[in-house]
Parts: sequence; C-alpha cells; structure tokens
Amino acid sequence: MYSEKVMDHFNNPRNVGEIENPSGVGTVGNAKCGDIMRMYLDIDENGIIQEAKFKTFGCGAAVATSSMATELVKGKTVQQALEVTNKAVMEALDGLPPVKVHCSLLAEEAIHAALWDYAEKNHIQIEGLERPVNDIAEKEEAPEEVY
Amino acid sequence: MSKLIYLDNAATTQVYPEVLDAMQPFFTEYYGNPSSIYSFAGESKRAVDAARSTMAEFLNTTPEEIYFTGGGSESDNWALKATALAYKDKGKHIITSKIEHHAILHTCEYLEKEGYEVTYLDVDENGLVSLEELEAAIRPDTILISIMFANNEIGTIEPIAEIGEIAKKHGVLFHTDAVQAFGHVPIDVQEMNIDMLSASGHKINGPKGIGLMYIRKGIKIGSFIHGGAQERHRRAGTHNVPGIVGFAKAAELAKRDMDKRMKYETQLRDYYISRVEKEIPYAKLNGDRVKRLPNNTNFCFRFIEGESMLILLDQKGICASSGSACTSGSLDPSHVLLAIGLPHEIAHGSLRVTLSEKTTKEDIDYTVDELKKIIERLRSMSPLYEDFVKKQEAGQKLA
Ligand SMILES: Cc1ncc(COP(=O)(O)O)c(C=O)c1O
Repeated sequence: MYSEKVMDHFNNPRNVGEIENPSGVGTVGNAKCGDIMRMYLDIDENGIIQEAKFKTFGCGAAVATSSMATELVKGKTVQQALEVTNKAVMEALDGLPPVKVHCSLLAEEAIHAALWDYAEKNHIQIEGLERPVNDIAEKEEAPEEVY
Repeated sequence: MSKLIYLDNAATTQVYPEVLDAMQPFFTEYYGNPSSIYSFAGESKRAVDAARSTMAEFLNTTPEEIYFTGGGSESDNWALKATALAYKDKGKHIITSKIEHHAILHTCEYLEKEGYEVTYLDVDENGLVSLEELEAAIRPDTILISIMFANNEIGTIEPIAEIGEIAKKHGVLFHTDAVQAFGHVPIDVQEMNIDMLSASGHKINGPKGIGLMYIRKGIKIGSFIHGGAQERHRRAGTHNVPGIVGFAKAAELAKRDMDKRMKYETQLRDYYISRVEKEIPYAKLNGDRVKRLPNNTNFCFRFIEGESMLILLDQKGICASSGSACTSGSLDPSHVLLAIGLPHEIAHGSLRVTLSEKTTKEDIDYTVDELKKIIERLRSMSPLYEDFVKKQEAGQKLA
C-alpha cells in the first residue's frame, strides 16, 4: 500500500527528536483523528534553517511525511521553507494512498506552525504565512486518564 | 516471508487439511447438483444432508431449522431484514447493541431509513449489555432483539441465556450473531432460548463464503435470496456443496476438540495478558477478563497509533489487527472501543491479538518481546508521550 520511499522513511525516520530552546516549535493535528505532529526548527541569524526535528503520533504515512518534511526544510531559508507544500512532500515520497493525503497536509501545517512560533518569538512577520488551522499549541490539555 | 506468526484468527482462520480433504471430492468427483434427480447427484445431496445434521446436533436443534447461507454477513442481513418485513404489522422496533458487527449495524441503519426504529443499547466498560436496560427497552411494538454472542474486537461474551429468557418472557424474537462464538464456546439454542443464530465457516478453520442461519420452527420470516427452491424455499441458489461439507467438517472438529482447545487457548491468552500487563507500561486490557472468548486479547497502548504498530509487527512476521482510524478506513477509531468509553486518542492505539490452538508459547514470547521494542520505539517518537513525561517530571519537581 505504501511506496518504498514511504516505508524507508517510516522504518528509518530522519530527524526524530527534540531541539532544546528551538527557534520555533509547532504542534498540529488532532489526537481524535489519530495524527499529531510536532516540528522543532533551529533557525540561524540569517534566517536559514540549520536543524529540524520532529515527533509524531500517527500512522505510517504520518511518520514518513514528518520525516520527509524535516529533510526538505533543512538548509532552506524561511521563505523557501514556506514553499515546501504538502504536494512537495508527497512527491518526494513517490506518492501516498488517497486516504493518507491528509497526513501530508499535516506535515505542511507542522512547518507553518513552527515558523509561526518563530515569527511570534522574534516579533517578525513572514510574508505569506498564516497560522495553521490545526495548530494545537495553546489548546487545553486532553483529560488525563490514569491506569 | 521467513517467519509467520498468525495472530489474527478473529479475522479469519486457516482451513484445516482435514477440512480440505473432506471438500476435495465435491469439486471434481461428486460435482452433481444436489437438487438433481439422477443417482449421480445423490452423493452431493447426502453430503449436504449430513452436514445439516452435524450443524443441528452441534447447536442442539433439528436439521430442518438449519439453513446454509453465503456467510455471516448474509445471515445477519437475512435475520434483520426478513424479520422486519414479516413482523411489520406487529411493530417496527428493533433492539440491538452499540458494539455489533457492521453486518448488523449497517443493516439496522438501512432499516431505519425504511421507517423502522432501532434502539442501540449501551454497554459497560467491559462491553457487556445491561439486562435491565434491555428489558426496559422492550415496547409493545418491539419485534426483534439482536445481540451478538461474542464481540469480534474485544472478545466479550454477552449474557445470551439471560437475554433469551427476557425475550421469551416478552414474546419478542431473539437473534444472535454468533459468528465469533460458534465452534469456540458451547452454544445450545434450546437452553439459551435463541430464535435465530448466524454463524460462518471461515472463523472455525472452514472455508470462506459459507455460513448458516438457524431459524426456530414457527418463525415466519421469508426468503432473502429469491430464486430456486433450495433450503426449503427459503434460500435460493445452487448449494455450495464443497463449502457446506467443509463447514460441517470444521464444526465436527471444533466440537470434538472444544474442551481441550478452550483450555489451551485460555491459558495462552492469560499468559499473553499477564506478560503485557507486567512488562509494558500504560497498557490497558479491553473487554471482560473472564467473560471472554478463549482466543481473544485486545489492548490499548497509550501515546501510540495502531497502524504504525501493525506495520512494525508485520516486519517481524507477526499478523495482528487494530481498531485505529487508519485501519478502519475512516477518521474514527473502532465503534466498539468508543462504546466501552475509551477516548479517541487511546482507542487509536489498540492492538487485537487473536490466537488459535496452533499458537505456541514461543510465538507469544516472541510477539511480546518484539511488541515491547516496537512500543518503546513509537513512544520515543510520540509528542503525546513527550508531553506526558514532561508533565510527570514537572509534577515531581513540585512535590
Ligand atoms: C461478529 C461478526 N459478525 C459477522 C461477520 C461477518 O461474517 P462473514 O465474513 O462470514 O460475512 C464477522 C466477520 O468478520 C464477525 O466477526
């Protein structure tokens, strides 16, 4: 069902992890639907993305798109990173099954959410960037279950 | 593939060699149509008759009350739609539960569109329907109660005899979808006051595409598949003779080995459950611990998603299933897990492992060992787990 590239990125995800004191971090998705992506970016003073890391709760496609998205934004300027669309992520993975296309949208949104956080922290405006609809940075926490 | 550990026996089972052997002659040798007159077809007819008797004996009923169908889904559709049609003058109200198989639930939704009213009973956190709620839901216009014998996802066995008694007391027909229970646990339609029952071949090491419906004598439901006069005018279509023979052979083996098999599978099931509970943190067993199919286990592992788990297990040669949205083909996780009260994000992390009598302790040990690594790995990638750990650390600092 998945392409070889998707399987590769699922099995050997690139850039899994966290960045301490990131320039920007964004979390998107919805635990209800079974996908949450968090992207960390380290952006230098020239606005170039030096490092990107992610953590993802989700299916094989969600993990693979997160991994690919981090690969695609690394080394890019903030403006160039905005051009990493869900289509670009999908193409880089040799496609996704139709029911999984929403995962690639989430990857695009995760980039945007992290950039949004970076912009807010630095009090700058990034042209063409809007706050992603699935940004869950400030949402109330899910009820705690104990067992 | 090198290693194969098949732990999805609730989805389907291996056809046993004895079953295949019994079926084989009815493809190439005795291929006659049992409805034909000439003596060549006699062998086919006798085989179908014998199979019917085997099934009747197994369920403690008569051969005249057994009807062969194209599988569990067809039997479920037949029971609901034909009862609705036949008894519509008495009423248009049906009672079922929220955890039925889609063969029941989607049929009920169809009937609702046709003007019927359906009560979907809640279940408790273990998946059991409440007898009080069931009885309270019965109205003068209630024509049918359909409650599954055992649930296909969480393995919970419903109080069928008690439900049968309530149905009888109120003069309401009682159908049970016994697709997961038939051949796995004892069923007696007399003792349990069951009026109609669905069963399927491929869940008991028989072939796919064959099932049966038991319909108690005197129930006036009509045909669902119209055509020829087969099955006493109630189910048209040339008999699937090899399928029927194979189904009966599988039932015969299931009956012969039931005690031994139940004991073995229960032990192995509880061994898996105890290892998981001891060795994997934040795991929750779904379904009733005791009133449970001998071969069913179902856990939710927090902070991770089911499909990822299944892909990684598959790479270790382990076949299992999950109730996550990604595996259900919709955005919602399994309706059964939601009905027992699990929040969405936890329901997404479910893993169903269903054993067979051929599963070994080594299979289980290997599976748990691999599962531990897989869950650890997925949690290390999970933002939900990250948040959880950070919150715990913060809590500890405060304390
Ligand atoms: C409880 C239950 N009912 C009905 C069915 C459908 O049976 P079949 O596959 O024979 O149509 C299944 C099988 O998935 C089941 O588990």
